[in-house]
Amino acid sequence: MSKSEKTLHVSVWRGEGPQGRFETFRVPRQDNQTVLDVVSWIQQNTDPSLSYRYACRVGMCGSCAMMVNGQPRWTCRTHVSRVADGDRLQIGPLRNLPVIKDLAVDMDPFFEKWIKAGGAHRPSRSRTEPIMPVSPQEPGRVEANKAIECINCAVCYAACDTVAGNPDYLGPAALQRAWTLYNDVKIDDRQAALDRATAAGGCQNCHSQGSCTRFCPNELDPLSAIAGLKRAAAASYFKRRSE
Amino acid sequence: MQSMGFYMAQRLSAMVMAPLVLGHIAVMIYAIQGGLSTAEILERTRGSLSWFAFYGSFVVAVSIHAAIGLRMIATETLKLRGAALDLFTWAVMIVLLFMGARAVSAVTML
Ligand code: SF4
Ligand code: SF4
Ligand code: FES
Repeated sequence: MSKSEKTLHVSVWRGEGPQGRFETFRVPRQDNQTVLDVVSWIQQNTDPSLSYRYACRVGMCGSCAMMVNGQPRWTCRTHVSRVADGDRLQIGPLRNLPVIKDLAVDMDPFFEKWIKAGGAHRPSRSRTEPIMPVSPQEPGRVEANKAIECINCAVCYAACDTVAGNPDYLGPAALQRAWTLYNDVKIDDRQAALDRATAAGGCQNCHSQGSCTRFCPNELDPLSAIAGLKRAAAASYFKRRSE
Repeated sequence: MQSMGFYMAQRLSAMVMAPLVLGHIAVMIYAIQGGLSTAEILERTRGSLSWFAFYGSFVVAVSIHAAIGLRMIATETLKLRGAALDLFTWAVMIVLLFMGARAVSAVTML
C-alpha cells in the first residue's frame, strides 16, 4: 500500500460551549498534508457542520491555532508527518479560552487583556506635528523590535499554565506587548505603561517556566520580555519608595 | 493573585535567604564533622548575639518567603481568593514566625 492510501484516525473536539467530546474521523493521508488540511478535509467531505477558523493558510493571520495532540500550534504551518502519533491525531480547541463551537474559541478575553496591559495605541503626537525620527540603532528600539512580529495567535496564551491557574493573569502576549511599548521611544509615559503591566494580573504573576517562548511559532520570546518588565518594575518600585 | 508588594517581598526574602542557607549548611557540616555534642553546641550559641541575628533573620526571611509561595499555590491550585487568601497568607506567616522564634530563642537565649 502506498503512503497516499493510508488513513489517519483523527479525533476532533465537537460541542458547543463547555460541553463536548472527541469524535473520530477517518481521513486519507497525503504525503504533504497540514493539520489544517485535515480539518478542512473533514469539513468538506464528512461533516459540513464542523466549525473552525482560518484565513491566510501561511502563518500570517494567527487565526488557525488549535491544540494538536495536546500542544498549541498553528494548524496551517504544522505538517501531519511532524506531529502524528502513528496514524493518530487529536485536534482540539485552543486551551485557556472559552469554546464557542467545536474548534472555534472566543478570543475576546485574550484581546481584552491585550488592551488592559496597555496594548492599545496611545499616540504621543498629533497628526499635525512632524513625524518623530527614530533611529533603528537606538537600544530601546532594538528591544521593541524583537516582538513586533507577534500576530496575536494566542498559542503562547494557550501554552501558559499560569493563565490556566489564574484566569486574571494577563498572559505572555499582552505582557510582551507592554514591554515593547515600554521600550518604544514614541511612548511618552513609560511609567504608565509599567503601571498597567504590574497591576492586578500583571507580570509579577509569571512563573518564568517559558512555555510561551517554547511554543511561539514565530520564535518570539515573551519569557524574556516579561523578565525585562519584572526588572524594570523592581527598579521603579525602589525609586518610588525613595521619592 | 500576586501584587507587586508581595512580589518584591518574596524576591527580597529570597536574597536574604540565599547566603543564610549556605551558612546553615556549612554550620551543619562543621558540627557533624567536628562531632560536637548538644551541650557543646548550646555552649557556643547561648547568649550569642551573632547566632541570634543569623538564625533570627533566617526565620523572618523564611516566614515571609514561604507564606507568599504558599499563597500562590493556594490561589492557583486551590482557587482561594480575596479575604480567605489574605487570612491564609498571614496565618502561615505568623505560625512560621512563632515556631521559628521559639527555636531560635531556645538555642540562643541564656
Ligand atoms: S514564562 Fe510566564 S508567561 Fe510564559 S508560559 Fe510561563 S508563566 Fe506563562
Ligand atoms: S507571542 Fe507568538 S505565540 Fe504569542 S500571540 Fe504572538 S505570535 Fe502568537
Ligand atoms: S491560517 Fe493564518 S496563521 Fe494559520
